[in-house]
Amino acid sequence: MNHISLSITKNIHNWLFSIMPEGAASITEMVLIALVYLAIFAVAGLYLVLLERKVAAWFQLRLGPNRVGFKGLLQTMADALKLVSKELTGTDRADKFLYNLAPYFVIISSLMALAVFPFTKEFQAFDINIGIFFLIAISSIGVIGILLGGWSSNNKFALIGAMRSGVQTISYELSVGLSLLTMVLITGSLQLSEIVEVQKNGWLIVQGHIPAVIAFMIYMIAGTAETNRAPFDMVEAESELGAGFHTEYSGMKFAYFFLAEFINMFIIASIATTIFFGGWLSPFGVTESIPVLGVFWFLGKTLLIVFLMMWFRWTFPRLRIDQLLTLEWKYLLPLNLLNIVLMALIVWLNLTIQF
Amino acid sequence: MSYFSDIYKGIKTLLTGMSVTGKYFLNSRKGAITQQYPDNRDSLKMFDRFRGEVVMPHDENNEHRCTGCQKCELACPNGSIEIIWDRKVDPETGKKKKMIEKHIYHLGMCTMCGLCIEACPTDAIKWAQNFENSVYDRSYLTRVLNKPGSRLKPGVEE
Ligand code: SF4
Ligand code: SF4
Repeated sequence: MNHISLSITKNIHNWLFSIMPEGAASITEMVLIALVYLAIFAVAGLYLVLLERKVAAWFQLRLGPNRVGFKGLLQTMADALKLVSKELTGTDRADKFLYNLAPYFVIISSLMALAVFPFTKEFQAFDINIGIFFLIAISSIGVIGILLGGWSSNNKFALIGAMRSGVQTISYELSVGLSLLTMVLITGSLQLSEIVEVQKNGWLIVQGHIPAVIAFMIYMIAGTAETNRAPFDMVEAESELGAGFHTEYSGMKFAYFFLAEFINMFIIASIATTIFFGGWLSPFGVTESIPVLGVFWFLGKTLLIVFLMMWFRWTFPRLRIDQLLTLEWKYLLPLNLLNIVLMALIVWLNLTIQF
Repeated sequence: MSYFSDIYKGIKTLLTGMSVTGKYFLNSRKGAITQQYPDNRDSLKMFDRFRGEVVMPHDENNEHRCTGCQKCELACPNGSIEIIWDRKVDPETGKKKKMIEKHIYHLGMCTMCGLCIEACPTDAIKWAQNFENSVYDRSYLTRVLNKPGSRLKPGVEE
């Protein structure tokens, strides 16, 4: 409870505590913050979908959505409305309880991860001291939702998709974790606000130079695989599996999966921003005196990395499942372990670059 | 050591691919391929090879080049063409000869394979570039290609 950084809404905080007993006030506060996050990121997710569609169009020399609203800005809103109004269908003899539970697993786990990011100085819902650990742990809960969804829909395509997802996420989780661990060797802390603090002497990708760049590359590959996006989208490989694990989902439940994918992409990019590119810190501290601008820098960097992931998606062909596992277990993992040793040496010999 | 050279080659080819798509991304504003269809209806022109439907061109004297040889009818793999012909007296020579009455073309059955056009010895039929072919009743899809009162252009048969 003491970890909750309450400075986002100090006034609301004080006001709540003045009219309510302490316990009730904290709970109300948590609910309020959760609702605000939910609203912001539902909309942000929709706009990420729009961004993806636009970027995809530009990569393929198309125009992309441009009819609904000014230059198509309301397109995904309209899509969401359509999805809400659609009938929810299910399969015969599906495991109804698990089937209905799965989308919530996926979306809640990705929304939970958002809580720990410092968007700017003191703008953080939950400054937990095991931040990175929490993120890694939470991001692997999502896969349970996918497995449940695939298993309970009583559909072979969905089952195969879910199993692939399990294989993929469990393997690549390792690389994500180890590449982040490499960076933790420099920061010496798992707390995200602390990590950003350390980067005031230079972003970690500069501080850690060679091993940091390698770690970043590994992180990007493994992170893309974690979100089940192309080129690692065997989970929902359209040409092989229909729509993979969410074949049997329709309407809003499908939308949860879809939204979760995009929020996950945002999360992976946010982690990269926080760990490698200084979070909300501005380059060379140009706007250090105005902490509010940190949001701008944070989102800017995150969107750049999101763009990089979109670039991957629209460039690379899908991997086969054996190639996927070869890439992880024969290449990324050994390199990652070597990289950790290298980073440890560099930190030990004080070879990091500090400004 | 092929392990590390594999990694190097892998990264290099990935970057090559990304540079290609990156160039497309940067140039997309200049050369989008997409046509904004209903908006540009007036200026939209289909390319030459586009296969809209089979038509029979007529010149200003309402003359076409179809001799009624039925080669197109035979060539069509799914029977989309029907030639109705008759032996009539040619007004110029006074002899009886084969002439078409109706060149019937079922657009609804046509697969746009183009075999009829290739088979025609006198180039009487060709592709049109129109594409807004939807109608409310399928009987509109059966078309008579030769215009009423048209006749064979003199000299085609020689
Ligand atoms: S294009 Fe092919 S299918 Fe159509 S009428 Fe000619 S031969 Fe028949
Ligand atoms: S269109 Fe050509 S192939 Fe067909 S009947 Fe006329 S001349 Fe013969």
